[in-house]
Amino acid sequence: MVEIILFAPLIGAIVAGFGWRIIGEPAAQWLTTGILFLACLLSWVVFLGHDGVTEHITVLRWIESGSLSADWAIRLDRLTAIMLIVVTTVSALVHLYSVGYMAHDDHFGEANYKARFFAYLSFFTFAMLMLVTADNLVQMFFGWEGVGVASYLLIGFYYRKPSANAAAIKAFVVNRVGDFGFALGIFGLFYLVDSVRLDDIFAAAPALAETQLHFLWADWNAANLLAFLLFVGAMGKSAQLFLHTWLPDAMEGPTPVSALIHAATMVTAGVFLVCRMSPLLEFAPQTKTFIIYIGASTAFFAATVGLVQNDIKRVIAYSTCSQLGYMFVAAGSGVYGAAMFHLFTHAFFKAMLFLGAGSVIHAMHHEQDMRNYGGLRTKIPYTFWAMMIGTLAITGVGIPLTTIGFAGFLSKDAIIESAYVANGYGFWLLVAAAAMTSFYSWRLIFMTFYGKPRGDHHTHDHAHESPAVMLVPLGVLSLGAIFAGMLWYQPFFGDHHKVQTFFGIEAAEEEHAASEGFSLVAPAHAEGTATNAEGTATEPAAAEGEGHAEAQMPGQGAIFMAADNTVMDDAHHAPDWVKVSPFVAMVLGFLLAYQMYIRRPDWPARLAANQRPLYLFLLNKWYFDEIYDFIFVRPAKALGRLLWKRGDGNVIDGTINGVAMRLVPAITRLAGRVQSGYVFHYAFSMVVGIGLLLTWVVLMGGAN
Amino acid sequence: MISADIQTVLPEIVLALFAMAALLGVVYGGKDRLAGRLTSLTGLVLALIALWIAYTGEGTRTAFGGSFNDDGFARFAKVTVLLSAAAVLLMSRDYMQRRGLLRFEYPVLVALSVVGMMVMVSAGDLMVLYMGLELQSLALYVIAALRRDSAKSTEAGLKYFVLGALSSGLLLYGASLTYGFAGTTLFSGIIEAASDDISLGLLFGLVFLISGVAFKVSAAPFHMWTPDVYEGSPTPVTAFFATAPKVAAMALFARIIHDAFGGIVGEWQQIIAFLSVLSMFLGAVAAIGQTNIKRLMAYSSIAHMGFALMGLAAGSVLGVQAMLIYMAIYVTMNIGTFAFILSMEKDGRPVVEISALNMYSKREPLRALAMLVLLFSLAGVPPMVGFFGKFYVLRAAYDAGLAWLAVAGVIASVIGAYYYLRIVFVMYFGKESEALDGAMPVFQWLMLMGSAAAMVVGVVNLFGIEPLAAAAAATLVN
Amino acid sequence: MTVAAFVFYVFAVTVLLGGLMTVVSRNPVHSVLWLILTFIASAGLFVLLGAEFVAMLLMIVYVGAVAVLFLFVVMMLDIDFAQLRAEMSKYLPLALLIGVIILMELAMAFGVWDFSDGFATRIAAPTGEAQNTAALGLLIYDQYIMLFQLAGLILLVAMIGAIVLTLRHRKDVKRQNPVAQMHRDPAKAMELKDVKPGQGL
Repeated sequence: MVEIILFAPLIGAIVAGFGWRIIGEPAAQWLTTGILFLACLLSWVVFLGHDGVTEHITVLRWIESGSLSADWAIRLDRLTAIMLIVVTTVSALVHLYSVGYMAHDDHFGEANYKARFFAYLSFFTFAMLMLVTADNLVQMFFGWEGVGVASYLLIGFYYRKPSANAAAIKAFVVNRVGDFGFALGIFGLFYLVDSVRLDDIFAAAPALAETQLHFLWADWNAANLLAFLLFVGAMGKSAQLFLHTWLPDAMEGPTPVSALIHAATMVTAGVFLVCRMSPLLEFAPQTKTFIIYIGASTAFFAATVGLVQNDIKRVIAYSTCSQLGYMFVAAGSGVYGAAMFHLFTHAFFKAMLFLGAGSVIHAMHHEQDMRNYGGLRTKIPYTFWAMMIGTLAITGVGIPLTTIGFAGFLSKDAIIESAYVANGYGFWLLVAAAAMTSFYSWRLIFMTFYGKPRGDHHTHDHAHESPAVMLVPLGVLSLGAIFAGMLWYQPFFGDHHKVQTFFGIEAAEEEHAASEGFSLVAPAHAEGTATNAEGTATEPAAAEGEGHAEAQMPGQGAIFMAADNTVMDDAHHAPDWVKVSPFVAMVLGFLLAYQMYIRRPDWPARLAANQRPLYLFLLNKWYFDEIYDFIFVRPAKALGRLLWKRGDGNVIDGTINGVAMRLVPAITRLAGRVQSGYVFHYAFSMVVGIGLLLTWVVLMGGAN
Repeated sequence: MISADIQTVLPEIVLALFAMAALLGVVYGGKDRLAGRLTSLTGLVLALIALWIAYTGEGTRTAFGGSFNDDGFARFAKVTVLLSAAAVLLMSRDYMQRRGLLRFEYPVLVALSVVGMMVMVSAGDLMVLYMGLELQSLALYVIAALRRDSAKSTEAGLKYFVLGALSSGLLLYGASLTYGFAGTTLFSGIIEAASDDISLGLLFGLVFLISGVAFKVSAAPFHMWTPDVYEGSPTPVTAFFATAPKVAAMALFARIIHDAFGGIVGEWQQIIAFLSVLSMFLGAVAAIGQTNIKRLMAYSSIAHMGFALMGLAAGSVLGVQAMLIYMAIYVTMNIGTFAFILSMEKDGRPVVEISALNMYSKREPLRALAMLVLLFSLAGVPPMVGFFGKFYVLRAAYDAGLAWLAVAGVIASVIGAYYYLRIVFVMYFGKESEALDGAMPVFQWLMLMGSAAAMVVGVVNLFGIEPLAAAAAATLVN
Repeated sequence: MTVAAFVFYVFAVTVLLGGLMTVVSRNPVHSVLWLILTFIASAGLFVLLGAEFVAMLLMIVYVGAVAVLFLFVVMMLDIDFAQLRAEMSKYLPLALLIGVIILMELAMAFGVWDFSDGFATRIAAPTGEAQNTAALGLLIYDQYIMLFQLAGLILLVAMIGAIVLTLRHRKDVKRQNPVAQMHRDPAKAMELKDVKPGQGL
């Protein structure tokens, strides 16, 4: 069944991509959409029927080279099951939505583009499924690059627009930076573990924590270093701080693409990777701390930038960036369940926000600037309500201290509580970010749907509600945005026992207890650690391990939490003020937005004028693009030009030309002159040769 | 004892007897009127003996007190020699007949020369080596000058003879130095004597021996005769020069350095590497200026010998295996190429100018395509079999720690690719000019197409010669 | 110095001198004469080694036949050696340099000459036969029979080669055909005609 889920989109992509001339464009659209709905249905069956025990399904043998052996295999555990439903559900809905959204496009005129778009979408879905079902890192890397390619193709879908091409290239290049880290991480793991299979790596994780690895200029703790390198890959895909610059630009792609790739699925691959590698991460405390700092900083940074953006899609893009930061904080805190929870709920409400934004854009004839919106509430009521639900979800509306609320309320609060236990820096930044999230989300709603219509009259007069194929996905997603949190709060985060069952940790534990002899391994490792001078950070973990003889072995459940990792339980016992704080932040943000955009619409302009440097700083995204342009892009271009003109042009071409046009013909002429035709010249050359060889022998071999 | 010895050298005896019987028969029969049929018959006999050796020979036997070896290596080389000689004879008949060159002595001399080659590759004694070498060479000197009314042909024969005599002198001097050191001419004795504690005199003997043989494989700087002789000789004779004797001499080379001097690999490795790199570069660079396709093929063969020597320089089983594979591929390519060159004529006269091939592809697309494949293969362009030959020797050299030699080989093959591709360019994009005419006799056509097809199809498993060569190499190197 | 050693050095020096003069003498006829001297001195060396048969072969075959043939050929050919020599003298300094280097290296090799371990066990023992010819015969027809036969083949090739390269069937001369001549039948070859006088044929 999982094979069908995995390969059906590929077949759809191939048929639609290469066969649309035969079956026609509408057929290609509906075929891919239908296939995705089938995959979605099967995914839910798999998810609901999954009992938490990890399954391996080998599809075919893939790479056999020396000790490198990688099967093409599916690893089906809870993480995979979650990702399956997220990917296929959002993808299926986006396919459906796209049928309406892409019906008319001015960019292509008469040219056929729809089948291509659907083929790309399906191909992306296949690659993403590849990534999440991977049983080894090489296969995962394959999917990782596959989604990269699909993302490139889709961002640059409007390839006649220079800005779309530039954005596509930027996304691809920035991701390469991350992928370099990811690849290095895989190399390092293979170097130390001699396997790329996840099971082998997880089993070796405790040993890695005691290994030193020389990298660049110093020796590092192997687990920390490798987890860090993998996280660099995750940073690239998930647009975390320093590698985030591509995500806002990726909004050049069609809006359904943004919803599918740049909100719900691909960008969460980094979070998925970190959770997937949880057995390794649990032995890499410094890296975990680093992840918290990066995640929290990203959440804060992206939220500040989101405050002042005017392009509706960019606001949501920064919001995505910010929410990804939340997930990383949760993962860095060791509460992988909360990370996955937020990933899960976020997929619903963020996809919905994007699709809603797409609907608005569709209604406004591809106008994306919010300053030209206003008062659309009555024109497009369904879209308005969908966006409203999405906003309620993302801002985290719910009843404090209970588990009743929109999806975002539960998952985000879970993260903030975990962050409080794990790291103060993360906690305060996240709370601040929550306030700003609330502000910019409401700002979006107010600017778009309330107030007086601004901008082009004609456009406003013709604003119309989207067709049903676009509204149905919105409706389905809004159900998810409302109920996903409440339904799955317990298994993801709420209850220790349920979490264990849900992620298959308990099953693994029972199995583990049965094989008693096996448990001696952990203490044995612990003793090994004590002798390790460097391993100060890992020592407590190891000492703890001795106490919990029944502690879970890494890699037996879908996620792994070390015995000393009690963050989740501690988070449940966090003080009430902590639990209420995100709600308070949300309310503050809402009130401020209400004040500024409903009651006193003149405030924003005045504030911007008052605090001009700050405003510009935020509007220009903290000048990241400019700084990168100055530090990396321009020197690289200059270096490239130098190598091209001087290095390639003068040195290489010059040398080649010199050799080919002068040196070689000169030798040729010389050889021709020596070939005089006189026998004694020939004999002479032989004698010279003999003389040379004899001299050589005397000089080299004469010693003995 | 003597019957066992004779059993071992039976193929050589049969061939020699055939040659003598043929000589007698034709002299008293119809003389040159029978020459055509005798040529074909000789080709057939050579091929049959090749099959005989290939299918019945097994194990390692020695004869005449160890001075003659019949082992896997010798058989591999003999089969290659015999088949290539047969192919050349079969495709030369028509050409020589039409130009009035075909004389009944020609097949007889070729057969005797092949006897010499067979003795060479089986030699287990310096004296036997010399006898085989001289038998082979003397016949070649004569057929080089076969067109005795042409100044170029006689000059070619004479030059080859004089320089060959010099090289024989070098070889003999080396042999006497070696004998003086070891006290025996048997390889089995020499390898015993030349193990670790060796004197400079023996090294000198080695150098002279290598120089003598290097002349026969036309390795630089002992190559000077090659272009002149290739150009001057009748084209079928050139084709013969480029194939069978090269294989035999190369096998002899391997035989000497491994059977007699296998204990002092370190001493000759550098010498052979030097010859190899010099040959590769000289062959590549000097060929560029050539306008005569036969001279070009001469330089091409010098360069190819450089590559084959690279395999020998490795001094390992892998190296010998690579050399054998390389030579087998080289011979196949050259037979096809010369089949093409034989067909180059205009108004009944042979043409050897490269410029005559201008836009050949328009007139004869199939032949041009076959030639293109062969030239690509000669240049070592990857999908063709020629690339694999180069790949094997490069790998052998690299594995033996001669990375610099392998790099030099790659550079040389890049330079060398130029002149092969220039012919392709001329054939496909050249200026329209007075084109060649002339049909292609069926045997030449078969050789050209067969060899070109082999260059493409052989990619699959090289026709299985790889394990054969490996087994052959294993019997030589121990 | 024993008599044998003295004679050896005399012959050895003569061989070297003869060889050198063969190469450098201006007159080709002189060259051949020097070559004959070299052969004779070599024969002397063989005698010293106790190989009388080979020595005599050298005298009869080389001196008596080969060298004399050379002499005739050189006398008959009109080669301008002076011109060749002029061409060669251009390279003389370089040639001399290389020659001296090689000579020095050979001298070096001679200086450190060393027989291999076990040389004595490998070298062929004297046969003990009193007679050279008998001993040679045994070797040639027994141990070295293959070499002997190969040498025969080489000579055969040489003969064929000489014929191939030089024999020309001249069309303008009448040649005898003994078989045809012997089988001529007068009845067929001749016809008697009775010619009537005054009529003519």
